[in-house]
Amino acid sequence: MKYIVHLILGIIFGIILVKSEVVSWFRIQEMFRFQSFHMYGIISSAVAVGAFSVLLIKKFNIKTFSGEIINLDPKPLMRVANITGGFFFGLGWAFTGACPGPIYSLIGCGIWIFIIVLISAYIRTLAYGVIRKKLPH
Amino acid sequence: MTFFELTKETWPWYIAGTLIGLMIPLLLLTDNKHLGISSTMRDFCAFVLPKPSGYFKYNLKEHAWRNIFVLGVLAGGAISALIHSDKSIYAVSDKTVADLSELGLTDFSGLVPKEIFNWSMLLSIKGLLFIVLGGFLVGFGTRYANGCTSGHTIMGLSLLSPASIIATLGFFAGGLFTTHILFPIIL
Repeated sequence: MKYIVHLILGIIFGIILVKSEVVSWFRIQEMFRFQSFHMYGIISSAVAVGAFSVLLIKKFNIKTFSGEIINLDPKPLMRVANITGGFFFGLGWAFTGACPGPIYSLIGCGIWIFIIVLISAYIRTLAYGVIRKKLPH
Repeated sequence: MTFFELTKETWPWYIAGTLIGLMIPLLLLTDNKHLGISSTMRDFCAFVLPKPSGYFKYNLKEHAWRNIFVLGVLAGGAISALIHSDKSIYAVSDKTVADLSELGLTDFSGLVPKEIFNWSMLLSIKGLLFIVLGGFLVGFGTRYANGCTSGHTIMGLSLLSPASIIATLGFFAGGLFTTHILFPIIL
């Protein structure tokens, strides 16, 4: 039953990504060329709303609807992996014009060539899993 | 702006950003979950591997929710394509159009440049770089960095997480490198 909530939130997320043109390759280029505020506005207002919600949850000790304590633990700090992996992802983000969320919505939009982008991403996800012990983290 | 106009036009950044930001408390309050997309690529590998081991051996069922969420993201794309009346109208700044024209692009309609993202380009070096190498870098980079723009930049920055601040700097450094150093060579 709870999965229906996740499905609906996913659908809303997908619609936002397309309707705000976050999925547009041209918009990503515009961002990396600092030629419009659009993407920066979206990212910073999303973070502002997210951070403010987290602040309220902390301040008023808000629980989940089922009464659990909300988990606000951030991802573990792995300096070398965060910066190096981040750099590799950034290289790819400018090529494809899409981070993982938009890859899925673009396929949904019927731009089928992004299935190849997704399969390529799966292949290198697999490769990471195989060689991760040899990589500095 | 009426609801009807909202279905037709590009949503302004403050509406899109606010709605994306609201995903964070909604996922936390409903089921104590952190927004994140790229981890589903790991789930997919774990799911299809006949004998998952090491990095791919974990309880997949615990993470079913995020794969359902991603199916929603895909369905959301399909729904917006259906309600978008004229697919050719997407706005982008004139300066970007001028820069990309200089690099040789001519078609600025749609969500992606059709000259690069089409099936016949898979037979060319340029197409392989943008479609396949691009995908490789997204898959490898997000796993190595332990997150993408949703998990690190939106969720992680909202938690003021040092890992996410570092990763986000990496994302932008990489994107700027491809755009300003590699594109002029490749395109």
